[in-house]
Amino acid sequence: MTIGETCLALIFALAVLLCIYAASQAHDAAFAFHAYVSAAASAVAVLAIFNRYFERPAALAPQEIDGRPNYNFGPIKFSSVMAMFWGIAGFLVGLIIALQLAFPVLNFDLPWIQFGRMRPLHTSAVIFAFGGNVLLATSFYVVQKTSRVRLAGDLAPWFVVLGYNFFILIAGTGYLLGVTQGKEYAEPEWYADLWLTIVWVTYLLVFLVTLIKRKQPHIYEANWFYLAMILTIAVLHLGNNPALPVSFFGSKSYVAWGGVQDAMFQWWYGHNAVGFFLTAGFLAIMYYFVPKRAERPIYSYRLSIVHFWALIFLYIWAGPHHLHYTALPDWAQTLGMTFSIMLWMPSWGGMINGLMTLSGAWDKLRTDPVLRMLVVSVAFYGMSTFEGPMMSIKVVNSLSHYTDWTIGHVHSGALGWVGFVSFGALYCLFPWLWNRRLYSLKLVNWHFWTATIGIVLYISAMWVSGILQGLMWRAYTSLGFLEYSFIETVEAMHPFYVIRAAGGALFLIGALIMAYNLWMTVRVGEASESETPRVALSPAE
Amino acid sequence: MSENKEIDAVSGTSTTGHEWDGIKELNTPLPRWWLLTFYACIIWAIGYWVVYPAWPTVSGYTTGILHYSSRANVAVDLADLEKIRGEKMVALASAPIVDIEKDPALLALARARGKAAFGDNCAPCHGTGAAGAKGFPNLNDDDWLWGGKLEQVLQTIQHGVRSGDPKAHEGAMLAFGQQGILKPAEIVTVANYVRSLSGLPTAAGYDKAAGAKIFADNCAACHGADGKGNQDLGAPNLTDKIWLYGGDEATIIETVTNGRGGVMPAWSARLDGATVKALAVYVHTLGGGQ
Repeated sequence: MTIGETCLALIFALAVLLCIYAASQAHDAAFAFHAYVSAAASAVAVLAIFNRYFERPAALAPQEIDGRPNYNFGPIKFSSVMAMFWGIAGFLVGLIIALQLAFPVLNFDLPWIQFGRMRPLHTSAVIFAFGGNVLLATSFYVVQKTSRVRLAGDLAPWFVVLGYNFFILIAGTGYLLGVTQGKEYAEPEWYADLWLTIVWVTYLLVFLVTLIKRKQPHIYEANWFYLAMILTIAVLHLGNNPALPVSFFGSKSYVAWGGVQDAMFQWWYGHNAVGFFLTAGFLAIMYYFVPKRAERPIYSYRLSIVHFWALIFLYIWAGPHHLHYTALPDWAQTLGMTFSIMLWMPSWGGMINGLMTLSGAWDKLRTDPVLRMLVVSVAFYGMSTFEGPMMSIKVVNSLSHYTDWTIGHVHSGALGWVGFVSFGALYCLFPWLWNRRLYSLKLVNWHFWTATIGIVLYISAMWVSGILQGLMWRAYTSLGFLEYSFIETVEAMHPFYVIRAAGGALFLIGALIMAYNLWMTVRVGEASESETPRVALSPAE
Repeated sequence: MSENKEIDAVSGTSTTGHEWDGIKELNTPLPRWWLLTFYACIIWAIGYWVVYPAWPTVSGYTTGILHYSSRANVAVDLADLEKIRGEKMVALASAPIVDIEKDPALLALARARGKAAFGDNCAPCHGTGAAGAKGFPNLNDDDWLWGGKLEQVLQTIQHGVRSGDPKAHEGAMLAFGQQGILKPAEIVTVANYVRSLSGLPTAAGYDKAAGAKIFADNCAACHGADGKGNQDLGAPNLTDKIWLYGGDEATIIETVTNGRGGVMPAWSARLDGATVKALAVYVHTLGGGQ
C-alpha cells in the first residue's frame, strides 16, 4: 500500500471508533444519527481503500501513456452523476415549497417537511449539491485538459468528491431533523462545517498541485476563476462559521459573532457565495465550454484579464447591500451599494466575452441546442448582473427588499444562468467522459424550451408579485394610515405563487428529460445514435 | 509565444498565440463603451462617497457633505406622518367615544385608523373582512356575545375575553360531560333540544320533554329559559341559527361535553387608547353595531 492509502485507512478506522463513541455520548437524537452515519461511512471508506488496493495493479496509474496525459476521469464521472441526481432532488424540493407557499395545507402539519426546514434543503441542494458537484466535475476536467496533465493525487480527488457529497448528506438530513445554525446558505452545524473545511482544503490542494505541474506555459483563464472560487469560498466559510458547540456530543452551537457584526459577516459570506461560488465558478465553466462548443477563440483576452481582477476586487465589498435600512451603519450601506454599482461592468465583461465568442458561429445556435443553452445562460447572467446592481440602489431596495422581487432576481440567476450553464456543461461532459455520442439532440431541444418557459413564468410572476407586494406595504391612505394589512398582501400573492409553482414544475420536467437523455447516452451509447452527426464546421482561424 | 500569433479570419483580430486544449484567445481591445461605462460607475461612486457617509475612520466615519443619516430620516418621515394624522389623532384620543360617530370627520378618521389596526391585529383570527371563523365571532352581524353597543364593544376590545386582565369578560361554557354533570345519553338529548330551539331537525326518537327538562336544569341559568342567551355572561343566543363553533349535532355534543372558552387578548395593554377607541368605532360601524 502507498503511504497515502495506509494513512487514510488508519484515519478512517480511527474515525469509526470516534464516531461510535460520540454516538454513545450524544445529547440529541440528530447528533447520534449523524455520528452513526459517519461511523458507517468511515467503515465503508476503510473497506473501499482496501478493496481498491487489492483490485488495482501494483503500480499506480501512470501520469502519461504514449506521451499523452493519462487523464483521471473517475471522480469527474461520479460528480457529474451526483450533480444530475442532486439537481433533480433540489428542483423537486423547490417545487414542493413553492406549492406549500401557494397552498399551506401541503405542510401537512409534519415538522420534517414544513417550509422552514424544506427551504434550506432546497437552497443547499441546488446551490451546494447540484452547483457544487457541477463545479467539482468541470473544474477537475478543465484543469486537466487545459494543463495537459493528470489530476494531482491518487486518493485525494476521490476524497474530495465523496467527502463533499457526504457533507451534503449530513447537511440535508440535518435540516429535516431540525439541525441548523440559522445562517442563510450556511445552515449546517459545527461538525458539518469542520468536515467541509477538511474536504475543501483538500480540493484546493488537488487543484493547485495540478496547476503547478501543468505542461502548459500559461494558466488558462477558466482556471483563474476556479482558483478564485476555491480560495475565496474557503475564506468565506472560515470567516462566517466560527462557532462554539454547546457540547462536543451535541449538534447545537453558538456562532462567535453577535448582533450587527454577525449580520455583516453573514451577508459578506452570503453575497460572496453568490459572487464566487455561483458567479466566478460558473464563469469558469463558461470560459471553457462556450469556446469549446462554439469552436471559436475567446473574444478578448484583455477583457478577460481586466474583468477578472475587477470582479474579484469589487465583489467582496458588495455584501452590505443585503442590509440596507437596517442597524448596519450608513457608511457600510453606502460602500455596499457603490461597490455593487461599480461591479456592473466587471460582471458584464464575462457576458461580453461569452456572447462575442459566438461571433462567426451564431449559425450554430440553430442546429445545436446545447450551445443555445450555454448562450442563453450567458444572456440570463447579463440580465441578473444588471438587475443586481440596480436592486442595490437604496431607493430601489426600499421597494424591493424583503419582497418576492428578490426571489425572482435570485432565480433568474439561479435557473437561467447557473442552471443553464451547468446543463450545457453536463451535456458536453457526459459524452466526453464516457466517450459516447449524445443520445438525442431533439430531447435537449425539448429540455431547452420546457425549462426556458418555466424560467420566464417563474421570474415574471415574482417580479409582478414582488413589486405589488412592495407597493402594497408602503401604501398610505390620505389620512396617514397603512392602506393594507400584512395579511391582505399575503392574499394578493396567491395567484403569482401558483404561476411560480407551474414554472418550477416545467423546469423540473426539463431536468427529468435531461436525466433520461444522459442516462441513455451512457447506457445505449454511440451505436443507437440515429441523428446525423453535427456538421463539423471548419475552424475559424 | 509571439510566433504562434495568427489572424482570425472572421474578426480580422490577432490571437494571443496561446492555445489550451484547442481553445485560443483573440487579442481584441476592451470595448470602448464597456470601459467608459465602467469609469462612469467609478466616478459616480466617488461622487456618492463625497455626498453621503461612506468610509470608516479611526473614531467615526466620513459623514459626507449632506450629513445624511437614515436614523434622522426616519425621524423626519415619522414627523411628517404625525403632521398628517397628529392633530386629528389627538382630537380622537380626547373625544368621548359616544361623540365620535356624530362627527363625520372624526368618524372617517376612526374608521381609517380602525381598519389599519384591525388588519394588523384582529384579522388573523376574525378574518380581513371580520367575517370570523370557527371559534372566532363574525363581527359584521348583529349577533353579539358580549353586547354590541359601542361601550360594550370598547370594553371587550380593551380588556379581552378570559385574557387574564382583571376587567376581562369571564365565564365559560362548562364541560358538562367531562365533569360528569350530564351522561352521554343526556347530552345527545339536550343537543337535539338545542337544535330544536332554532327550528333545526332533530334525530328520530328524541325525547323532547326530557330535553327540555335537562335544558331547564342545566343550561337555562346562563342561556335563559327561552335559550335567547345572556350578554352579561357571554352566553350565546341559541335560537338564531348563528353558531360560534357549529350547529350540527356532533359539534353541539362536543361543546356540551368538553365546554368552550375561547380567548381574546386585552388590547389596551398593547395598543394606545386612541387606537383602541378607533377599533371599537370601526367594529361598531361594520354593520351590526347596536
